[in-house]
Amino acid sequence: MTVIEARGLRKAFGTTIALDGVDLRLDEGRILGIIGPNGAGKTTALNAILGLTSYQGELRVLGRDPWAERDRLMRDVCFIADVAVLPRWMRVSQALDYVEGVHPRFDRAKAEGLLAKTTIKHTSKIRHLSKGMVAQLHLALVMAIDARLLVLDEPTLGLDILFRKQFYDSLLNDYFDRSRTILVTTHQVEELQHILTDLMFIDRGRIVLNCSMEEFEARYVEVMVQPGQVAAARALKPMYEREVFGRSILLFDRGTNKNIDRQQLAALGEVSTPSIADLFIAVVGNQSDREQGAAQ
Amino acid sequence: MNAQSNAMTESSIQSQGTAPAAVSAARAMYWSIRREIWENRAIYIAPLAAAALFLFGFAINLLAMRRHLSASPLGPAQQNDLLATRYELSAAMVMGTALIVGIFYSLDALYGERRDRSILFWKSLPVSDLITVLSKLTIPLVILPLLSFAISLATQFLMLVLSSVILAGSGVNIAAMWTEVSFFHVSVVLLYHLLTVHGLYYAPIYGWLLMVSAWAPRAPFIWAFLPPFVIAVVEKVALNTSYFLDLLEERLVGLQGDGMASHNAPKDFTASLIPHHFFSAPGLWTGLALAAVFLFVAVRLRRYRGPI
Repeated sequence: MTVIEARGLRKAFGTTIALDGVDLRLDEGRILGIIGPNGAGKTTALNAILGLTSYQGELRVLGRDPWAERDRLMRDVCFIADVAVLPRWMRVSQALDYVEGVHPRFDRAKAEGLLAKTTIKHTSKIRHLSKGMVAQLHLALVMAIDARLLVLDEPTLGLDILFRKQFYDSLLNDYFDRSRTILVTTHQVEELQHILTDLMFIDRGRIVLNCSMEEFEARYVEVMVQPGQVAAARALKPMYEREVFGRSILLFDRGTNKNIDRQQLAALGEVSTPSIADLFIAVVGNQSDREQGAAQ
Repeated sequence: MNAQSNAMTESSIQSQGTAPAAVSAARAMYWSIRREIWENRAIYIAPLAAAALFLFGFAINLLAMRRHLSASPLGPAQQNDLLATRYELSAAMVMGTALIVGIFYSLDALYGERRDRSILFWKSLPVSDLITVLSKLTIPLVILPLLSFAISLATQFLMLVLSSVILAGSGVNIAAMWTEVSFFHVSVVLLYHLLTVHGLYYAPIYGWLLMVSAWAPRAPFIWAFLPPFVIAVVEKVALNTSYFLDLLEERLVGLQGDGMASHNAPKDFTASLIPHHFFSAPGLWTGLALAAVFLFVAVRLRRYRGPI
C-alpha cells in the first residue's frame, strides 16, 4: 500500500525555490532516508507531507491532502521535528496525560514501559532534562502511538554518539515492523546506512537519486585501485575519484555503465560498497561542479 | 459537533479499513484547556494572590476599626456599609487581576508556542487549529471569569468570617452582619457581570489580542497596542475627532451601567439585572461579530505559521 505519493511537488518562498517538481512514492513497510545539503528542501518536503506548509502539485499521504486535513492525518502520522520542540514548561507526567488525552492511538502503558528503561522521572520538567533525555522522551511518546507513518527530521541532531545509537536501536527493535513506514532526514548518514531500505538524495529542491538499498548495493561499486592500475581504472569512466593516503578510490555507477562487472574491477584493486556519504559527495558534489562549470 | 465527528469517523474508516478510536472534539478541547492552565499557572495564582492580599489588608483594617469602635460604635447603616463596599472592592480587585492576566495570556497564547518551537509538537498531534484557538479563547472568556467568581465568593465569605472573629464582642451586631448582606444577591450580580461583560462584551478585545499573537513576527505587545494608538492619533490630526478612542473607551469601561443599572445600590441587586438592555445593545453584537472575524483569521494564521 502506498503511504506517500507526490507528483510535481513545488514550493517557493518568494524567489527561492525550495521544491522544484518532486515526485515521490513511498510504500508501506519501508524506511526511507532523505539526504541533502542544508537548504536542499528536505525540511520543506517533510513539512508539506506533514501538513505544515502549503504546496503546489499533487500530494497524498495515507490518502489524504495533508494541508487540508492535518489534524486528521496526525492520528496516523507521528513526527519528531527535532530534539528541541517538546514544551519546556511541561512535566513528563503532563506530557503523558496530554498525549493520552488527545491521541486516540496512544498506548500509555507502552510509553511508561519505554520510559522505565531510561532515567527520566515522571515529575521532572522537560526544561530540566538533558538534550538526550528529551529525545528519549519524545521517542517514547511517539513509539507508544500506533501510527502508520513516522517522520523524523534530524531526530538526533546534537546528541552524543551513545544516545544516537540507542535512538535508532530502540526504533528498530521496539517499533518498526512491516506495517509501519519511517521517513527520516539526517546529516549523520553513516548511522543510517544499515537501517534504511530506501535512499533519496535531494539537492536544490530536486531529487537527484532515488533507489532502494538493494539497488544501491548492486549499482555502486567503490574500488581502491592499486597504484599501477589507475590509468586502466580511469578508462572505465568512474563517476567520482578521490584520494586517501595517496591511493586513488574510484566510484563506479554500474547503472549507467553496464558493461563493468565486479570481476573486472576486482582485478584493479579492492572492491567494496561505498558509504552513503561517499556516494552523496559523488552525486551532489559532481552536480554542483557541473553546474558551476556551465555557469562560467 | 456531532455531524463533524461522524464525518471524521467515516472518512477514517475509509482510509483505515478498521474503525479507529477518534477523540471527540469535546475531549480534545478539555485537554487543550487543561494544558493551557498547566502552562499558565498565573491564571489561578494571580487572582488567588490578589484575593489573599486583599484579605490581609482587610484584616488590618478590621483590627484598626476594632480599636476605634470602643470610642464610637457604628450605626446600622454604617454597619451595612462596612462589608458591602468592601465586597465590591474585593471583587474589583480579583476581576481586575484576572483582566490583566487575560490580556497578557492572550498576547502570548499563539506567539509563545511559535517562539519556543513547541508549535511543532502541538501540530504533531491530532488537534485542529480551530480547537487550539478556541481553547485559548476559553481561558479569558470563560475560565478566568468563572475563576474570578469562585475566588470572589470565597473571599467574601472569608471577609464575613474575619469580620465576625475580629469584631466579636466589640458592640457590632455580628448576627445582623450575616443576614443583612445577602450573599446570594451579591453573587448573582457578580456572576452576571462576569459572564456578560467579561465573557461577551470583551470578546472582540481578546479576539484581537489572539489574532495579533498568531500573526506577530515579534513583540506582539507592540503590534497589539500600537495600531489602535496610531489610528486614534491619525484620526485626531486628520479630522480632529476622536470617535475611535470613544469607541475603545466605551468597550472597556462604558458598559458598566448598561447591564447593571444601579451598581452602587447593593441592597436592590435583583432590580439592577437588566439583561434586556444588555442583549439589545447593538454594540454587543457588532463586537461579537468582530470577535468572530478575529478568531477566524487567528485560526487561519495558525495553520500558516511555523516556528520563528
